[in-house]
Amino acid sequence: MSEMKKFLYLNRKAPYGTIYALESLEVVLIGAAFEQEVSLAFLDDGVFQLMNNQDASGTGMKGFSKTYRALGDYEVRKLYVETESLALRGLAVDDLMPITWEDEDEDYAEKPSIIPVSKAELAELIAGHDVVLSF
Amino acid sequence: MRFALQINEGPYTHQASDTAYQFAKAALARGHEIFRVFFYHDGVNNGTRYTVPPQDDRNLQKLWSDLAEQHNVDLVVCIAAAQRRGILDANEAKRQGKDGDNIAPGFRISGLGQLIEAGIQADRLIVFGD
Repeated sequence: MSEMKKFLYLNRKAPYGTIYALESLEVVLIGAAFEQEVSLAFLDDGVFQLMNNQDASGTGMKGFSKTYRALGDYEVRKLYVETESLALRGLAVDDLMPITWEDEDEDYAEKPSIIPVSKAELAELIAGHDVVLSF
Repeated sequence: MRFALQINEGPYTHQASDTAYQFAKAALARGHEIFRVFFYHDGVNNGTRYTVPPQDDRNLQKLWSDLAEQHNVDLVVCIAAAQRRGILDANEAKRQGKDGDNIAPGFRISGLGQLIEAGIQADRLIVFGD
Protein backbone atom coordinates (compact mmCIF):
# COMPACT_ATOMS: atom_id res chain seq x y z
CA MET A 1 0.00 0.00 0.00
CA SER A 2 3.06 2.25 0.08
CA GLU A 3 2.84 2.99 -3.63
CA MET A 4 1.65 6.53 -4.41
CA LYS A 5 -0.75 6.85 -7.29
CA LYS A 6 -2.47 9.84 -8.87
CA PHE A 7 -6.26 9.55 -8.53
CA LEU A 8 -8.65 11.63 -10.64
CA TYR A 9 -12.38 11.65 -9.94
CA LEU A 10 -14.55 12.64 -12.90
CA ASN A 11 -17.84 14.19 -11.82
CA ARG A 12 -20.29 14.31 -14.71
CA LYS A 13 -23.75 14.57 -13.16
CA ALA A 14 -25.84 17.27 -11.49
CA PRO A 15 -25.69 17.37 -7.66
CA TYR A 16 -29.35 16.42 -7.15
CA GLY A 17 -31.73 14.26 -9.15
CA THR A 18 -29.38 11.28 -8.81
CA ILE A 19 -27.11 10.13 -5.99
CA TYR A 20 -23.90 9.95 -8.05
CA ALA A 21 -22.46 13.28 -6.87
CA LEU A 22 -23.04 12.59 -3.17
CA GLU A 23 -21.67 9.04 -3.34
CA SER A 24 -18.69 10.25 -5.39
CA LEU A 25 -17.88 12.71 -2.62
CA GLU A 26 -18.03 9.86 -0.10
CA VAL A 27 -15.35 8.00 -2.08
CA VAL A 28 -13.20 11.14 -2.32
CA LEU A 29 -13.32 11.65 1.47
CA ILE A 30 -12.48 7.99 2.22
CA GLY A 31 -9.80 7.98 -0.48
CA ALA A 32 -8.16 11.08 0.98
CA ALA A 33 -7.19 9.00 4.03
CA PHE A 34 -5.04 6.72 1.84
CA GLU A 35 -2.34 9.35 1.24
CA GLN A 36 -2.66 9.24 -2.51
CA GLU A 37 -2.56 12.29 -4.78
CA VAL A 38 -6.23 13.18 -5.33
CA SER A 39 -7.73 15.59 -7.85
CA LEU A 40 -11.30 16.16 -9.00
CA ALA A 41 -12.62 17.17 -12.40
CA PHE A 42 -16.08 18.52 -13.17
CA LEU A 43 -17.56 18.27 -16.63
CA ASP A 44 -20.93 17.94 -18.37
CA ASP A 45 -23.74 18.55 -15.82
CA GLY A 46 -21.13 17.85 -13.11
CA VAL A 47 -20.20 21.56 -13.21
CA PHE A 48 -23.52 22.25 -11.43
CA GLN A 49 -22.08 20.51 -8.36
CA LEU A 50 -19.90 23.57 -7.73
CA MET A 51 -22.60 26.25 -8.21
CA ASN A 52 -22.60 28.95 -5.56
CA ASN A 53 -25.63 29.53 -3.32
CA GLN A 54 -27.19 26.09 -3.69
CA ASP A 55 -30.41 25.46 -1.77
CA ALA A 56 -31.52 21.83 -1.61
CA SER A 57 -34.15 22.40 1.05
CA GLY A 58 -37.10 21.82 -1.28
CA THR A 59 -35.79 18.52 -2.65
CA GLY A 60 -35.97 16.29 0.41
CA MET A 61 -32.33 15.39 -0.22
CA LYS A 62 -29.49 16.33 2.08
CA GLY A 63 -27.68 19.48 0.90
CA PHE A 64 -23.98 18.69 0.70
CA SER A 65 -22.45 21.55 -1.30
CA LYS A 66 -20.55 22.81 1.76
CA THR A 67 -18.50 19.59 1.70
CA TYR A 68 -16.69 20.76 -1.45
CA ARG A 69 -15.39 23.79 0.49
CA ALA A 70 -13.88 21.46 3.10
CA LEU A 71 -11.92 19.42 0.55
CA GLY A 72 -8.83 21.56 1.11
CA ASP A 73 -8.68 20.24 4.69
CA TYR A 74 -8.37 16.74 3.19
CA GLU A 75 -5.47 17.89 0.99
CA VAL A 76 -7.67 17.80 -2.09
CA ARG A 77 -6.51 21.02 -3.70
CA LYS A 78 -7.15 20.66 -7.40
CA LEU A 79 -10.70 20.93 -8.70
CA TYR A 80 -10.53 21.09 -12.48
CA VAL A 81 -13.59 22.53 -14.23
CA GLU A 82 -14.09 22.10 -17.95
CA THR A 83 -14.75 25.52 -19.48
CA GLU A 84 -16.72 24.17 -22.47
CA SER A 85 -19.19 22.50 -20.08
CA LEU A 86 -19.59 25.80 -18.20
CA ALA A 87 -20.14 27.79 -21.40
CA LEU A 88 -22.70 25.32 -22.78
CA ARG A 89 -24.76 25.87 -19.62
CA GLY A 90 -24.42 29.66 -19.61
CA LEU A 91 -22.11 29.56 -16.60
CA ALA A 92 -18.80 31.20 -15.76
CA VAL A 93 -16.20 30.49 -13.05
CA ASP A 94 -17.68 33.45 -11.11
CA ASP A 95 -20.92 31.44 -10.68
CA LEU A 96 -19.05 28.75 -8.74
CA MET A 97 -18.33 28.52 -5.02
CA PRO A 98 -15.14 30.27 -3.92
CA ILE A 99 -13.26 27.12 -2.87
CA THR A 100 -9.77 27.54 -1.42
CA TRP A 101 -6.99 25.60 0.31
CA GLU A 102 -4.45 26.85 2.83
CA ASP A 103 -0.79 26.75 1.81
CA GLU A 104 1.18 25.97 4.98
CA ASP A 105 4.42 26.87 3.18
CA GLU A 106 3.20 30.44 2.67
CA ASP A 107 1.83 31.29 6.12
CA TYR A 108 -1.46 29.49 5.38
CA ALA A 109 -2.30 31.79 2.50
CA GLU A 110 -5.66 30.86 0.96
CA LYS A 111 -5.29 29.76 -2.65
CA PRO A 112 -8.04 28.95 -5.14
CA SER A 113 -8.76 25.24 -5.65
CA ILE A 114 -10.82 25.67 -8.81
CA ILE A 115 -8.75 25.42 -11.99
CA PRO A 116 -10.57 26.10 -15.28
CA VAL A 117 -9.34 23.81 -18.07
CA SER A 118 -10.33 23.28 -21.69
CA LYS A 119 -11.66 19.97 -22.98
CA ALA A 120 -8.26 19.30 -24.61
CA GLU A 121 -6.42 20.07 -21.37
CA LEU A 122 -8.76 17.78 -19.44
CA ALA A 123 -8.00 14.96 -21.89
CA GLU A 124 -4.29 15.41 -21.13
CA LEU A 125 -5.01 15.43 -17.38
CA ILE A 126 -6.94 12.15 -17.66
CA ALA A 127 -4.05 10.60 -19.57
CA GLY A 128 -1.64 11.81 -16.89
CA HIS A 129 -3.41 10.11 -13.96
CA ASP A 130 -2.97 6.49 -12.82
CA VAL A 131 -6.52 5.85 -11.59
CA VAL A 132 -9.56 7.58 -13.09
CA LEU A 133 -12.91 7.04 -11.37
CA SER A 134 -15.98 8.22 -13.22
CA PHE A 135 -19.21 9.19 -11.51
CA MET B 1 -2.45 -7.75 -16.35
CA ARG B 2 -4.16 -7.19 -13.02
CA PHE B 3 -7.59 -5.57 -13.38
CA ALA B 4 -10.00 -4.08 -10.87
CA LEU B 5 -13.60 -3.40 -11.91
CA GLN B 6 -16.08 -0.92 -10.50
CA ILE B 7 -19.78 -1.43 -11.30
CA ASN B 8 -22.06 1.54 -10.75
CA GLU B 9 -25.42 0.24 -11.97
CA GLY B 10 -27.86 -2.45 -10.91
CA PRO B 11 -28.73 -5.46 -13.07
CA TYR B 12 -31.20 -5.47 -16.00
CA THR B 13 -32.07 -1.73 -16.15
CA HIS B 14 -28.54 -1.00 -17.31
CA GLN B 15 -26.06 -3.04 -19.33
CA ALA B 16 -23.12 -2.06 -17.11
CA SER B 17 -23.09 -5.26 -15.05
CA ASP B 18 -23.44 -7.48 -18.15
CA THR B 19 -20.57 -5.70 -19.88
CA ALA B 20 -18.39 -5.93 -16.78
CA TYR B 21 -19.17 -9.64 -16.45
CA GLN B 22 -18.31 -10.31 -20.09
CA PHE B 23 -15.10 -8.32 -19.67
CA ALA B 24 -14.13 -10.24 -16.52
CA LYS B 25 -14.82 -13.59 -18.18
CA ALA B 26 -12.81 -12.67 -21.28
CA ALA B 27 -9.92 -11.27 -19.23
CA LEU B 28 -9.72 -14.42 -17.08
CA ALA B 29 -9.87 -16.61 -20.19
CA ARG B 30 -6.85 -14.74 -21.54
CA GLY B 31 -4.88 -15.36 -18.36
CA HIS B 32 -5.34 -11.95 -16.75
CA GLU B 33 -6.13 -11.46 -13.08
CA ILE B 34 -9.28 -9.81 -11.69
CA PHE B 35 -8.03 -8.38 -8.40
CA ARG B 36 -11.46 -7.26 -7.26
CA VAL B 37 -14.94 -6.29 -8.48
CA PHE B 38 -16.37 -3.42 -6.47
CA PHE B 39 -20.12 -2.77 -6.57
CA TYR B 40 -21.14 0.82 -5.88
CA HIS B 41 -24.23 3.06 -6.25
CA ASP B 42 -27.13 0.86 -7.50
CA GLY B 43 -24.47 -1.67 -8.48
CA VAL B 44 -24.89 -3.17 -5.00
CA ASN B 45 -28.20 -4.63 -6.24
CA ASN B 46 -26.20 -7.18 -8.25
CA GLY B 47 -25.40 -8.82 -4.92
CA THR B 48 -28.86 -9.88 -3.71
CA ARG B 49 -29.70 -13.58 -3.98
CA TYR B 50 -33.44 -12.79 -4.08
CA THR B 51 -33.66 -11.88 -7.76
CA VAL B 52 -35.73 -14.31 -9.86
CA PRO B 53 -35.39 -13.33 -13.54
CA PRO B 54 -37.44 -15.24 -16.16
CA GLN B 55 -35.96 -18.65 -16.98
CA ASP B 56 -35.12 -17.70 -20.55
CA ASP B 57 -33.12 -14.68 -19.36
CA ARG B 58 -29.63 -14.54 -17.87
CA ASN B 59 -29.32 -14.54 -14.08
CA LEU B 60 -26.67 -11.92 -13.46
CA GLN B 61 -26.32 -12.56 -9.75
CA LYS B 62 -25.75 -16.27 -10.41
CA LEU B 63 -23.27 -15.49 -13.20
CA TRP B 64 -21.23 -13.36 -10.80
CA SER B 65 -21.49 -15.90 -7.97
CA ASP B 66 -20.36 -18.72 -10.29
CA LEU B 67 -17.46 -16.59 -11.56
CA ALA B 68 -16.40 -15.90 -7.98
CA GLU B 69 -16.50 -19.60 -7.15
CA GLN B 70 -14.69 -20.79 -10.29
CA HIS B 71 -11.96 -18.14 -10.37
CA ASN B 72 -11.80 -16.99 -6.76
CA VAL B 73 -12.81 -13.45 -7.76
CA ASP B 74 -13.28 -11.03 -4.87
CA LEU B 75 -16.79 -9.47 -5.19
CA VAL B 76 -17.15 -6.53 -2.79
CA VAL B 77 -20.37 -4.63 -2.14
CA CYS B 78 -19.94 -1.13 -0.68
CA ILE B 79 -21.39 -1.09 2.82
CA ALA B 80 -22.59 2.54 2.75
CA ALA B 81 -24.30 2.07 -0.63
CA ALA B 82 -25.68 -1.31 0.48
CA GLN B 83 -27.21 0.05 3.68
CA ARG B 84 -29.12 2.67 1.68
CA ARG B 85 -30.48 0.01 -0.67
CA GLY B 86 -31.23 -2.91 1.63
CA ILE B 87 -28.39 -5.29 0.80
CA LEU B 88 -27.44 -7.10 4.01
CA ASP B 89 -25.26 -9.99 5.11
CA ALA B 90 -25.99 -11.92 8.30
CA ASN B 91 -23.78 -9.68 10.45
CA GLU B 92 -25.29 -6.45 9.12
CA ALA B 93 -28.84 -7.80 9.49
CA LYS B 94 -28.15 -8.60 13.12
CA ARG B 95 -26.41 -5.28 13.77
CA GLN B 96 -29.23 -3.26 12.18
CA GLY B 97 -32.01 -5.32 13.76
CA LYS B 98 -33.39 -6.60 10.43
CA ASP B 99 -35.22 -9.91 10.08
CA GLY B 100 -33.08 -11.42 7.35
CA ASP B 101 -30.15 -11.05 4.99
CA ASN B 102 -29.98 -11.29 1.20
CA ILE B 103 -26.30 -11.26 0.21
CA ALA B 104 -25.55 -13.70 -2.61
CA PRO B 105 -22.84 -16.41 -2.46
CA GLY B 106 -19.38 -15.11 -3.34
CA PHE B 107 -20.22 -11.50 -2.47
CA ARG B 108 -19.02 -9.77 0.67
CA ILE B 109 -19.87 -6.39 2.20
CA SER B 110 -17.02 -4.02 3.01
CA GLY B 111 -15.99 -0.37 2.94
CA LEU B 112 -15.01 2.15 0.27
CA GLY B 113 -11.38 1.67 1.25
CA GLN B 114 -11.56 -1.58 -0.72
CA LEU B 115 -12.20 0.45 -3.88
CA ILE B 116 -9.26 2.77 -3.22
CA GLU B 117 -7.02 -0.22 -2.45
CA ALA B 118 -8.13 -1.86 -5.69
CA GLY B 119 -7.14 1.32 -7.56
CA ILE B 120 -3.72 1.21 -5.95
CA GLN B 121 -3.07 -2.52 -6.36
CA ALA B 122 -4.42 -3.05 -9.88
CA ASP B 123 -2.69 -2.11 -13.13
CA ARG B 124 -6.02 -0.85 -14.44
CA LEU B 125 -9.25 0.13 -12.71
CA ILE B 126 -12.18 0.06 -15.12
CA VAL B 127 -15.50 1.75 -14.30
CA PHE B 128 -18.72 0.30 -15.74
CA GLY B 129 -21.69 2.63 -15.55
CA ASP B 130 -23.65 5.28 -17.39
